[in-house]
Amino acid sequence: MKRFFKINRKIRNTFHKRWMLLSLIVVIAMPIVLGVGLYLKSAMLLEQTSLIKLLFSKEWKPMQGLFGLWPFIVSSLWVTILALLIAGPICLLAAIYMTQYTKKYFLRMMHPVIDILAGIPSVVYGVWGVIFVVPLVSNHLAPFFNTQSSGYSILTGAIVLAVMIIPFILNILIEVFRNIPDQLTEASLSLGATHWETVKHVLVRKAFPGIVSAFGLGISRAFGETIAVLMVVGNVTQIPKGIFQPGYPLPALIANNYGEMLSIPLYDSALMLSALVLFVVVLLFNFASRMAIIKLERHT
Amino acid sequence: MDNQTKIHIKNLNLHIGKQQILKDINVQIPKNKITVILGPSGCGKTTLLKSLNRLTDIYPDIKVEGSIEIDGQDILKVKKRDVTDIRKKMGLLSQRPYPLPMSIYKNITYGLKISGRRRKRFLNKRVEHYLKQASLWDEVKDRLKDPASALSIGQQQRLCLARGLAVDPEIILADEPTSALDPVSSQAIEEKFVELKERYTIVMVTHVLRQARRIADHVVFMYLGEVVEQGSAEEVFGNPKEERTKAYLRGAFN
Ligand SMILES: Nc1ncnc2c1ncn2[C@@H]1O[C@H](COP(=O)(O)OP(=O)(O)OP(=O)(O)O)[C@@H](O)[C@H]1O
Ligand SMILES: [Mg+2]
Repeated sequence: MKRFFKINRKIRNTFHKRWMLLSLIVVIAMPIVLGVGLYLKSAMLLEQTSLIKLLFSKEWKPMQGLFGLWPFIVSSLWVTILALLIAGPICLLAAIYMTQYTKKYFLRMMHPVIDILAGIPSVVYGVWGVIFVVPLVSNHLAPFFNTQSSGYSILTGAIVLAVMIIPFILNILIEVFRNIPDQLTEASLSLGATHWETVKHVLVRKAFPGIVSAFGLGISRAFGETIAVLMVVGNVTQIPKGIFQPGYPLPALIANNYGEMLSIPLYDSALMLSALVLFVVVLLFNFASRMAIIKLERHT
Repeated sequence: MDNQTKIHIKNLNLHIGKQQILKDINVQIPKNKITVILGPSGCGKTTLLKSLNRLTDIYPDIKVEGSIEIDGQDILKVKKRDVTDIRKKMGLLSQRPYPLPMSIYKNITYGLKISGRRRKRFLNKRVEHYLKQASLWDEVKDRLKDPASALSIGQQQRLCLARGLAVDPEIILADEPTSALDPVSSQAIEEKFVELKERYTIVMVTHVLRQARRIADHVVFMYLGEVVEQGSAEEVFGNPKEERTKAYLRGAFN
């Protein structure tokens, strides 16, 4: 009986090892399979038109076989950068406040709240955007800046996105600031600096690699976010000339059109190419922010 | 109060949350001497040291009562915005060196710049002066612009000493300043302290009994948040009165 169990355990061991290895392979292979698949699908279009032309041409006229992605890329950039400009400073200040100026239990209390915010489905943020942010932009913000807007605009998309990535970035930043040893703060204070001077000159600098990567990860998150943005950004194919105009980011393009007009030749190939662009950009940003941490940490 | 006493701690009680960490501490720390705080791990040595320059302020969970007089002024009564002046009177060396995340040069000028000294010529001179005082100048004079984190731990600790001296303090607070260092670097710091006590009042926490015997003029022995015994080094080491002190000196708590 004992012997049997022993053998059994051995078998189980190797069995589990195999499973773990397999899972690991799946995890590693997934992005590669995804990337290659997208590339193969978009290859048909790439044979016909050069990649540079597809990326930087303004002409999106599927019926005539023109698939310029530039308006979508520009819209995506606008929305993403603007969202980070809104969310970044808020997250930074909030993280500093929560880690430096409040009692410990406050942070313990806030952690689940932030996690809940991060877990809300994005369609809920989208509905909230339509109900609150769209009117806010059309009735208040646009008149304030002396322009007109339907409310469905780049800015609206950016505000909704900002709210969505705040919990995500905030969580990382809190971790970054919490990992700075108290003794560093003490060292700075003991040299006669005030708490605020310490935050400004020492803590932010120490946290810099972490801040860069948090923002980078926030960007890649924002760049790929689809449904909430799609609901409020207007989805007009144009290069937006201002933040109160509607735009049409890449993820919205894919989500809105895939499966719809696939009778048009090369249309699905063009959508696959936009997916590939999205995929590569997000991957690059993730990679770059992680590299930034490693590089910068060596320098401070 | 006599003018030989630099720091006079009276009835100091300190709580972290509901836990009492320091119990009715009464200590006199003599001027221009090395006072060593001894005691087993967790007895509150670091906490006592931190309350001396109000570093306890930054932890909202800590409550301090009693008084700490430095040159006759109760620093616990000083208003929040004047605390930086108190802190500038003291240089702090922690258990492990924590260089500021900037260049060697800027680590030294940090405190000076904070107090508004910005003239390049002046700063250059100070940097050289204090790095020499901490016996670090020859090793780093060609790479002042390098990040301080590139230095070895022993060099970092001397940099922290130089940085602390640069704000022109009267007191040096050192929390096991040699515990992360190799024997050679430790000895360098020890010798430095003996030399520096001419001009500074030094309060040092240590675990190393032999080190205490080598350099202490005055000894404070703590146990579980209380001061058990204090006095001159000859008294406490030569003729301890309390049982717990005797036990500690025999090595019973280690
Ligand atoms: N921030 C804090 N929060 C909660 N408890 C703390 C905190 N800092 C210190 N303590 C507690 O206070 C007591 C004294 O700690 P302290 O660091 O002053 O001891 P120590 O004598 O310096 O010990 P060691 O020799 O190990 O450095 C310990 O019981 C410790 O757990
Ligand atoms: Mg300690």
